[in-house]
Amino acid sequence: MSRFRVAGRGRVRHDRPIQFTFDGQQIEGCAGDTVASALLANGRHLMGRSFKYHRPRGPVTAGTEEPNALIGTRRGKGRFEPNTRATAQDIWNGLETTSQNKYPSLAFDVGALNDGLYMLFSAGFYYKTFMWPRSFWDRVYEPFIRAAAGLGVSPSEPDSDHYASRYLHTDVLVVGGGPAGLATARRAAEAGLDVTLVDENSEMGGTLLSEPQAEIDGKAAWDWLAEEVAALVALGVRIMTRTTAIGYYHQNMVGLCQKLTDHLEAPDPAMPRERLWRVRAGQVALAQGALEKPLVFHGNDRPGVMLAGSAQTYLNRYGVKVGERPVIVTSHDSAWYAAFDLADAGATVQAIVDTRANPRADLVAEAEARNIAVLDGHTATGTKGRLRVKSVRVNPVKGGSIGPGRTLSCDCLLMSGGWTPSLHLFSHTKGTLKWDEETQTFLPDRKAEACQIAGAGRGLWGIEAALNDGAAMGAAAAEALGKAAKTVSFRVQNDRTGSGITHTELPTDRHPSQTKAFVDFQNDVMAKDLRLAVREGMRSIEHVKRYTTNGMATDQGKMSNMNGLNIAADALGKPQPQVGLTTFRPPYTPTTFGAFAGYHKGDHFDVTRRTPIDSWAEENGAVFEPVSLWRRARYFPQSGEDMDTAVSRECRATRKSLGMFDASTLGKIEVVGPDAVEFMNRMYTNPWTKLAPGRTRYGLLLGDDGFIRDDGVIGRLSDDRFHVTTTTGGAARVLNMMEDYLQTEWPELKVWLTSTTEQWATIALNGPNARNLLEPFVEGLDISDEAFPHMSIAECTVAGYPARLFRVSFTGELGFEVNVPARHGRALWETLFEAGQRYDICPYGTETMHVLRAEKGFIIIGQDTDGTVTPFDAGQGWAVGKKKRDFVGMRALQRPDLVAENRKQLVGLLTEDGRTKLEEGAQIVLDPNQPTPMRMVGHVTSSYRSDAMGRPIALALVEGGHNRVGETVHVPMPDGVVRAEITGTAFYDSDNERLKL
Amino acid sequence: MLLIHCPYCDETLPEAEFAYAGEAHILRPDNPADVSEEEWRDFLFIRTNAKGPHYERWRHIHGCGRFFNAVRNTVTDRFLTTYKAGEPRPELDTLTEDGQ
Repeated sequence: MSRFRVAGRGRVRHDRPIQFTFDGQQIEGCAGDTVASALLANGRHLMGRSFKYHRPRGPVTAGTEEPNALIGTRRGKGRFEPNTRATAQDIWNGLETTSQNKYPSLAFDVGALNDGLYMLFSAGFYYKTFMWPRSFWDRVYEPFIRAAAGLGVSPSEPDSDHYASRYLHTDVLVVGGGPAGLATARRAAEAGLDVTLVDENSEMGGTLLSEPQAEIDGKAAWDWLAEEVAALVALGVRIMTRTTAIGYYHQNMVGLCQKLTDHLEAPDPAMPRERLWRVRAGQVALAQGALEKPLVFHGNDRPGVMLAGSAQTYLNRYGVKVGERPVIVTSHDSAWYAAFDLADAGATVQAIVDTRANPRADLVAEAEARNIAVLDGHTATGTKGRLRVKSVRVNPVKGGSIGPGRTLSCDCLLMSGGWTPSLHLFSHTKGTLKWDEETQTFLPDRKAEACQIAGAGRGLWGIEAALNDGAAMGAAAAEALGKAAKTVSFRVQNDRTGSGITHTELPTDRHPSQTKAFVDFQNDVMAKDLRLAVREGMRSIEHVKRYTTNGMATDQGKMSNMNGLNIAADALGKPQPQVGLTTFRPPYTPTTFGAFAGYHKGDHFDVTRRTPIDSWAEENGAVFEPVSLWRRARYFPQSGEDMDTAVSRECRATRKSLGMFDASTLGKIEVVGPDAVEFMNRMYTNPWTKLAPGRTRYGLLLGDDGFIRDDGVIGRLSDDRFHVTTTTGGAARVLNMMEDYLQTEWPELKVWLTSTTEQWATIALNGPNARNLLEPFVEGLDISDEAFPHMSIAECTVAGYPARLFRVSFTGELGFEVNVPARHGRALWETLFEAGQRYDICPYGTETMHVLRAEKGFIIIGQDTDGTVTPFDAGQGWAVGKKKRDFVGMRALQRPDLVAENRKQLVGLLTEDGRTKLEEGAQIVLDPNQPTPMRMVGHVTSSYRSDAMGRPIALALVEGGHNRVGETVHVPMPDGVVRAEITGTAFYDSDNERLKL
Repeated sequence: MLLIHCPYCDETLPEAEFAYAGEAHILRPDNPADVSEEEWRDFLFIRTNAKGPHYERWRHIHGCGRFFNAVRNTVTDRFLTTYKAGEPRPELDTLTEDGQ
């Protein structure tokens, strides 16, 4: 056993040694140790380097608020985590840990050069030091800063762990398993409520784990704790350890992150690493206690300088003396007890240095009884020791003047600047805080949620006070939920109550510019940085924070916020409440992305919608593309083909003979009811009354602002039934819009809307041989051109399947769209593909579909329109009913801006050289020789190589474009200006002769 | 995550089931062709942008599918009440936070 391990002390298992490594070195600890407590037991304080100056650092705390002792942990392949707090990571046999921010080694680090250059890195250094010359930023400064500063290294492999999530509804959620939380849980559970008790530590008890000397109602603290936890279990309380309440959200929803495997040597591989809980509680009881504040003085960051309360925790909970010759520097009574406990465990306490002139007499007497020197009315003005504190310089302070210093030798320095209530979760709810003059801290004031707050969290001190307050909180929570609760009161012997005072920086005889007194350890923010920020004009605490980065480290200001506020307030000459506190935001402690992602990763990250024919496309080598949530076949390359070649072949085959296309993703809405035609008249621009059953029409949907929202071919099946198709991406939006108007503007209309997108598989057949292929399969319908002309719809049977057959074309060729119930989609596709071989049938994808439609000038909503395009802009004025009383968007089409001259209008573009394909999105100008910035008159919306035209074609929105047909415009590109002629939008078969087969 | 009471289902359910649908009680004129440019502009674009209680529409999109109205305080993000589409606008002084 190492000489810093105290036999018989602590809750660790002295009989169960554990071996792990730190920077490759074998370290032995005990079961129950954290990495930090095990290293301290081996006499090692140096655990990391700071972010900016690379100063050697050791743990300053014993908990999750730790700013310094950040390490990397490796638990096997794909299980490396940087920035793990050594103070919160349990050890197990084989755990690999590494220090961070050092090169070549932790003890000798080249980056510590920064420490000597601290004048370059003062507050706002990012904005000042590296400003000039500008070109140096990318090449010199930024790479240098990135290499020199930082927090560990990112994992380089995908995370092999999995993460889970759960919902929980509970009557009372108690956050914090210390005395206040335990008492709350007991009262609430005894009142018959469903209670959940969570704590971030590996076991319940909170401060009781560090104060075994207390006796509660005559029982030793740890005996009482064991009985109490057993009683809670018996009452059915859900107890969750290693579970952090990370955020407190609306209406009593609390997010919990439960760590399940990081502490295990050989976890069940089926076990998730962490589980995120979304808890909805009737009442939330906050019993999170308080965090100790460091004192701010020169050299307060050396390894071996630690919070006194944490040293007490290491001794009493882990059985570790953090040093043999401690000096205590404090402004609060609590640190005296750390000195006494260490002395009783065999340490030689060098001195208790109290900044107060008159420490409590009983404490002084106890110190004397242990032969500990007491220096009251003293300040600390500096420390020495490169990798571990060796001495501290202390000076008497009298009447504001600082006396001569003397040096106290030590191997650790334990400090306490008082305690700050943990109000993070309370503040997440926008509960207000009020400044308490007496304790010089913020306390909870007005609550914004159904919560209670008790114990040290509202400024009470001592175990007895926490227990009684917790019991009262449990009763209050029960009563708020309509349950009677009995009140109890506790008696605690050997309770350690106390009080203290608050400082800014400790008084010093050093020149301020030479004083390295750290406020935010991790971000290396010193007191003088905060004062500099105020001198340079920062007035709001939020600005001071961002300028100096105080409180922006991974501890989120748990160590630094109050000291930073006190110093900023002092520099501003304002009381603290007028300066205010920075905003607390979730999560309370750093939380893995894995926990938030939960199951939503890989294939489960998002929904992928697949058509009934998707599997055939996959088997036949389709290249897919995502279209909204769908994946669609983009093209079907044959061996050796790239996309351009494949698309060219597919286009040619379709125009020459026959192509087939999976159009199942088209949105489909069934509009049914006695008022269906009236509803259609009001929603769409087109007139529908005279559309006979059995006929279809291209429908255009606007918003009430007059701009195009969607389009699609709509068939009337009977007087009271329409089969509406929408764009693939617009289906849900269109249905929502229809429901909105139907429910809220025209509730008198008798109409029912049903999404049928996924009920139908849709196969489009296009090309001169479309009818020749289809005709033999159709029963119950004559599909000759005379009986079933272009823009017809009918119900029939195709290859034995019930079908809705459209004669429609999005390619300009003779076309049919066969809708069959989705489950028959693939079978029909295969039947048609088989039979189509005699016509050299060619399956094609969305890319060919895009080219074929562009050759005809058919628009794609969202590509050729952008939400500011009217039907007239798009050349679709013919689709707007002229005699209608009203339709959505009709009034807006009269607005002055929408009838203005020179609106951007959809036109065709042909490049002058007949070879250059324009880039979609390229800007268009009239005069390429004008000075920059040029006046842009439009942009290219669609552009393709057209097999049918033997040249590239494009569509574009151009100011006043409809009147510019025949003019030349210019498209400036990086490698030269492209000249193009404005044309009409229909490039191919503009008389639609090919539809008339 | 908010809890929202659907006045049609008469159930209080998680926000994830609902979609926001803009300010409530913006009436579309019966005969838009007859209204002035200013009236149509106001209908399209002019909104209260309230700091405090706000009359707004929600849709129980992953539930019953109905649009309904609500009063929500935009400062505290709390619902004062929800009510069915077509019902009159409730008076603010009759409402309290968490009054649902």
